[in-house]
Amino acid sequence: MKALLDLYTQQFKTTLATMVAYRASLLIWMLGQVLEPLVYLIVWSIVSNSSGGSIGGYATSQFAAYFLLLMLVNQVTYTWIMYEFEYRIREGLLSIALLKPVHPIHSDIANNLSSKLITTPFMILVALALVPVFHPSLPLVPWAIVLFFPALLLAFAIRFLLEWTLAQSAFWTTRVGAVNQVYFVLMLFLSGQFAPLTLLPFPVQVAAYVLPFRWIIAFPIELVSGRLTLNEAFIGLGAQAAWLLASYFLFRIVWRAGVKIYAAVGA
Amino acid sequence: MPAQSIHIKDLRKVYIVTQQETGAKATVKSLVRRRKQEIAAVDNISFDLAPGEIVGFLGPNGAGKTTTLKMLSGLLHPTSGEATVLGYVPWKREKSFLKQITLVMGQRNQLVWDIPAQNTFELNRAIYRIPAEDYRRMVAELTALLELGPLLHKPVRNLSLGERMKCEIAAALLHRPSVVFLDEPTIGLDVTMQRRIRAFIAEYNRRFEATVLLTSHYMADVEALCKRVVVIHRGKLLFDGELARLVQSFTEHKTIVVQIGDCQNDLASYGEVISCEGGRFTLRVPKDKTARITERLLADLPVIDLLVEDPPIEEVIERVFAQENP
Repeated sequence: MKALLDLYTQQFKTTLATMVAYRASLLIWMLGQVLEPLVYLIVWSIVSNSSGGSIGGYATSQFAAYFLLLMLVNQVTYTWIMYEFEYRIREGLLSIALLKPVHPIHSDIANNLSSKLITTPFMILVALALVPVFHPSLPLVPWAIVLFFPALLLAFAIRFLLEWTLAQSAFWTTRVGAVNQVYFVLMLFLSGQFAPLTLLPFPVQVAAYVLPFRWIIAFPIELVSGRLTLNEAFIGLGAQAAWLLASYFLFRIVWRAGVKIYAAVGA
Repeated sequence: MPAQSIHIKDLRKVYIVTQQETGAKATVKSLVRRRKQEIAAVDNISFDLAPGEIVGFLGPNGAGKTTTLKMLSGLLHPTSGEATVLGYVPWKREKSFLKQITLVMGQRNQLVWDIPAQNTFELNRAIYRIPAEDYRRMVAELTALLELGPLLHKPVRNLSLGERMKCEIAAALLHRPSVVFLDEPTIGLDVTMQRRIRAFIAEYNRRFEATVLLTSHYMADVEALCKRVVVIHRGKLLFDGELARLVQSFTEHKTIVVQIGDCQNDLASYGEVISCEGGRFTLRVPKDKTARITERLLADLPVIDLLVEDPPIEEVIERVFAQENP
């Protein structure tokens, strides 16, 4: 445990140093993270205003709250491993990682957490700065706010494990881009990134409930916006726990199979 | 401690390669059925390395050297055969095994590009769980041996190729591995830097009694470091023994370098003229006639200087491979 903590601390220093070296591109990346939900927010505000100030149970000010929270939830749960894994295999970086006596996922977790630790405060500031512009309405329900944090943590863990596992499709195909594209489209609609799920057709909502996507983005947002009953909140946390377990097993199985293939064909 | 540091027996690695023919018809056909071909990258090789030994692992590109090193460091599963390194089966990738070995690939980098090497060192300290005191001592030692001092604090991207390689090697040795696999560690480096790295490898081997298996295309590396060489070609083992014996058994010639006034003379009657530059002839002559030809050259010509040498090791190696494909 102490050794792992040391590893995470060192990775934090490395990530920090790298981010400082890449200040400009970091800023551009963060701008993207802000712009996407902002565009949806503006679009839905217009739609809402033109249909009498509310649509699908969301008033304009509630859209504002939803998408500003989305900005934060997405920020906390975001990973970039899927863009990297194929490159790692191709460039032999995975070989270097496999020579080390630690599972490569540790350096990715540490790297992700470190970079979040640095960028999240900025995102919170940006979201706060947007409050006077969009006038979000957010009822402050104490128990919902308390449960929001474990929900957010679980959301991050599920998303991280799922995307790390999906990234390993690079062991089987060199067309990782196609796999990613399918995943992103599903994620966009089923997680509630594009619109609150209640605005989508019923079958889509069912799919969102059954698949992991809703539990990664929409659930923590709905929870902290006071849209869920206490009962629904606990069911949601249970669903998250189940998905975390499932993603963990999936990750274990896929990693073992992937490394076996890698060891068979080389790179 | 097993008697052998590295033990390889009948090791074999077969890759299955899909053949893609050109042309539209063939392309469509290959959608349905692809022609597959088995290629034995490593074909039943066996050899052992004693603890503390440095062995040169030679062969042309595609001979199977890197594949072998990858199997020995646990990155690849063999198709058949066995291997142990320090008593471990490498491809089980046990942590205690990984902590005792290293693989340096001259064309692959582990240093984080945008930040100083020092940072990667610290990361490796945490990864290998090197005790603080050992780490400090090892960094100091490596810094002295490789003259890393000012390099450690510069971003890696600002280092020259040679400087970077020195840092790479240091990063790979911080945990003081007792088995070191070096795959082309001097590739692309200038002569001075090659010599530095060579001297360092010898010193590391001496100081830590590490077993070293080294591939290199620079014969100077091999001559300076390895008493023993293992030669493979097309996955098969061609030679395993002392470098000197390799030279003896594969050459029936010696090289005579003779300096006379200019290149006008015709020396073909003395031996095969390989080159002449500024009156400096290089002749290849049968080994057993070397003395007689030397005598004749000295008697017949205004010789300024004369030198008898074994042919360059590159040439010997080339001949070894040439024998295999008539």
